[in-house]
Amino acid sequence: MSDQPNLTVTGDGAGALLARGAWTVANVELLERLCDDAAREKIGPIDLSHVTALDTVGAWLFEKLVRRNATQSSETRLVGVPDSYAGLLAEVRQLNRREPSGKRNEDSFVNYLARHARDLGADGIAFLHMLGAVSIALLDVLRRPRSFRLTSTVYQLGRVGWQAIPIMALITFLIGAIIAQQGIFHFRKFGAESYVVDMVSILVLREIGVLIVAIMVAGRSGSAYTAELGSMKMREEIDALSTMGLDPVSVLILPRVLALIIALPILAFLGSMAALYGGGLVAWLYGGMSPAIFIARMREAVSITHFEVGILKAPFMALVIGLVAACEGLKVKGSAESLGLQTTSSVVKSIFLVIVLDGVFAVFFASIGM
Amino acid sequence: MPEPGVAIHVQDLIVGFGDRIVLDRVSLDVREGEILGLVGASGGGKSVLLRTLVGLLHKRSGQVEFPAFPEAEAARRGVLFQQGALFSALNARQNIQFPLREAAHLSPSLLDEIANAKLEMVGLAAEDGDKFPAELSGGMTKRVALARALALDPALLFLDEPTSGLDPIAAGEFDALIRTLQRTLGFTVFMITHDLHTLAAVCDRVAALADGRIAAIGPLPAVLASEHPWVKAYFHGTRAEMLHLGS
Repeated sequence: MSDQPNLTVTGDGAGALLARGAWTVANVELLERLCDDAAREKIGPIDLSHVTALDTVGAWLFEKLVRRNATQSSETRLVGVPDSYAGLLAEVRQLNRREPSGKRNEDSFVNYLARHARDLGADGIAFLHMLGAVSIALLDVLRRPRSFRLTSTVYQLGRVGWQAIPIMALITFLIGAIIAQQGIFHFRKFGAESYVVDMVSILVLREIGVLIVAIMVAGRSGSAYTAELGSMKMREEIDALSTMGLDPVSVLILPRVLALIIALPILAFLGSMAALYGGGLVAWLYGGMSPAIFIARMREAVSITHFEVGILKAPFMALVIGLVAACEGLKVKGSAESLGLQTTSSVVKSIFLVIVLDGVFAVFFASIGM
Repeated sequence: MPEPGVAIHVQDLIVGFGDRIVLDRVSLDVREGEILGLVGASGGGKSVLLRTLVGLLHKRSGQVEFPAFPEAEAARRGVLFQQGALFSALNARQNIQFPLREAAHLSPSLLDEIANAKLEMVGLAAEDGDKFPAELSGGMTKRVALARALALDPALLFLDEPTSGLDPIAAGEFDALIRTLQRTLGFTVFMITHDLHTLAAVCDRVAALADGRIAAIGPLPAVLASEHPWVKAYFHGTRAEMLHLGS
């Protein structure tokens, strides 16, 4: 093929070379090899008159040959350059002249830890800041109830509460059913099947019902909040609100957080009921315990305290989810990538905090004897 | 048949969405090695024409040909999108290297050298290559996007409002850059622009798109003399007149 590039020694003069063919990016593997081979010898003038095509990559390779030998005081130069390539070669001659200013120094492990500790501290401060801002907005609303954004709150309540009911009920129903099935299967060995009712009802009412619902809400609604606020931040909508003299916290964040605080206890209650229903159904169909007995045993096993312990936690979890979602949303910078990053981090952080909070509450309730 | 020396040949091109015909029998030739500027009303189909030429939109009927280039070379065209369209997950250097990496197996060191060379060609420093698109200013974004469009030394370059969103100084520098690179590398440019300075300083010929058709085409003075009402309104409106007074 005539376009196949090559670089041959012509024999007339010290190290004179003749370049042929297409010196373009398509042939770059071959070209790099040719140049590396040629660079081992002393290079004289390079004749470009038989080059059929030249692009920036080819021009740069010639330029590199010239520069490499310029340091060895041999007479490398380009001769017979066709007019159409002269401009490109002249352009390339001026490029990459400056020494690169050293690679950016790699992160040491200590720096890495320090940076993450700093980030963690900054996150904590941002969270408290947001808590303060939402509290101030709430006090403001209490002082001037007319400034409360009822429409927005009701709309958000519909989104995070009403529309979430089917999926929450389905998942808690399945969790209740699974706990009951596992309980029956294992308790049967001790002949203690009837205690499944105690396990299911206490576990669901105190812990699982609210925890599962809070985690689901963090994944479903917390992420939606972060993405919404983040894209509003990206498109300067939040700045636009501020310039109109409106507080973004009271316009955007307070209605969302309040909606979550109202919705989560309701969802937790409905979820707990669905889980108990699932557990009862499995006890009946798999364990052979009639619903009447299940309900009677449950009445003995649980008191209103168990229910209170569960449902009291819900508004606090909602607050944490809402605040984390708002903080992360406002952290979004210009790019779509950062939006995705903050949404992920919002979900991860709020689930983590919900579980930590649940642990703190467990210690608290145990110490006050609930 | 297109004449020799024609880079892009468009004949009776019709493009529409649903009931709406955006381009109604557009015919246009872009000559090899020239810079053609396309003007037109906002929403008048300029971007539709450009997107049809680069193959992002399908035509209803008509011809779009690249007679001067073999099939493979016509596919290798550079496009500078209005917002730059840099990949946000890659830094500037990786953005420039991306098409090179896909096209051929370059050694890592050569890849870096070529990317740095391209950065310098568009008037940036090699250090700017470490920045991510979110950290770049408007003018730098356009420059990096131009460097990426030029990564494979395309014979055809499409520019969508290259100077929009730039201040007059940056816009002037960008105009000069396009002109210089076009002279050095010899590519053909099809550009959409609203910038009257760009039309005057950079474009060899100007085409005006009005009512879905090419209303006037030719060197700027010839287009200025056109009697088409929209073209007259465009070039002889208050804003345009102010520029004439200034110059």
